Amino acid sequence: MNLAKYAAMLVKNKILILSLFLLLWILIYLNLTVFTDFIVYSIAGLEKDMHLTSAIWFFIYEVPKVLLLLVLVVFAVGIIRSYFSPDRTRKMLGGKSLLTGNILASTLGIVTPFCSCSAIPLFLGFVQSGVPLGVTFSFLIAAPMINEVALVLLFGLFGWKTALLYMSTGLIIAILSGYIIGRLKLEKYVEPWVYQVKARQLEMAEEKVFFTDRINAGMDAVKEIVAKVWIYIVIGIAVGAGIHGYVPENFMAGLMGKSAWWSVPIAVIIGVPMYSNAAGIIPIVQALLEKGASLGTVLAFMMSVIGLSLPETIILKKVLKLQLIGIFIGVVATGIIIVGYLFNFIFT
Amino acid sequence: MNIIKVYGSGCANCKKLETMCGEIIQENNFNAVIEKVTDIQEIMKTGILSTPGLEINGKMILSGKLPTKSTLVHWIQDNIN
Repeated sequence: MNLAKYAAMLVKNKILILSLFLLLWILIYLNLTVFTDFIVYSIAGLEKDMHLTSAIWFFIYEVPKVLLLLVLVVFAVGIIRSYFSPDRTRKMLGGKSLLTGNILASTLGIVTPFCSCSAIPLFLGFVQSGVPLGVTFSFLIAAPMINEVALVLLFGLFGWKTALLYMSTGLIIAILSGYIIGRLKLEKYVEPWVYQVKARQLEMAEEKVFFTDRINAGMDAVKEIVAKVWIYIVIGIAVGAGIHGYVPENFMAGLMGKSAWWSVPIAVIIGVPMYSNAAGIIPIVQALLEKGASLGTVLAFMMSVIGLSLPETIILKKVLKLQLIGIFIGVVATGIIIVGYLFNFIFT
Repeated sequence: MNIIKVYGSGCANCKKLETMCGEIIQENNFNAVIEKVTDIQEIMKTGILSTPGLEINGKMILSGKLPTKSTLVHWIQDNIN
């Protein structure tokens, strides 16, 4: 049997198995409320309308729901990402003008496989090969901020509108911040050796990639990401469940509500040094929102926690002077604050 | 002597790759040493964009992801003398 035929057969088998999984997935997902009701009221025999019951119901319902969504989306994103690589992205960004470059870089930031531990080699590789500084920053802002885990949680806990809102405002912040950094001509704040070291031309043979490889890539992504974040999701939902059951309605209205004009900048100032991933922060944020916090404030908090993390930014100190890091944080934080006010203003 | 270089500034996957290489060399009695390269300028010179990077006898094999152990065994086998 020749290779192509063999590959085609593998794809067929895999697609069959995957469809069965998908069917099972839909079945469970659609009946989660029934399952939860059954466990909470019939098996555990808890009374309705009690704080504890409400917290437990929330937990038992949300954990499988979010994990189910996570598995599905991470799988799909894993497949999409197998079509992209940092190298290909760099080639696409080379020689692009400002703005066009920023838009492209921010969009590619969502789909290019990226790990924050590779931020420095990636930054250097981009800048050296002639990708403009501002365009590189657009990529570095979008890549961590708009990630599949954040989008899944937002979709699962808030609905598709909020997820879309988060994605589009995140994109706009990445595009504009990168554009502004580009216009400010800050190349002088990049450590000089960056432009001097000559990287050797890398010739890695591009292997032939079959669709089964992409399916495998999707499954690997599920294994890796779910293994990494499930515990944060469970803890986050547990804290969220506590808030959901016990904190009184409108408790957060005074603190994080619309009437408190200072709440947006404060949320960002608290959020930037906080080091958490989307998985841990969003379930808590959802509970806060339910108790009267306003969407803009919560969105700003979330973006500053996920998108701007101080420890990750400090890693960049090896290649950037402090002034540039300061400007970078300042520009992005300002963008987030504006988004926060905008949403508090729109959603009255 | 064959030289296997692992490039990475200390992320979890880089350490994992180094450990995997070590295990494979021992299990198969390969005649090779592992060098861990953590200096960012050295990493940069190779031209890779994401870590970990794996280089065997001067040939860059992969960057940015962790291979399965069986794949890694094959790569090492094919590229050492």
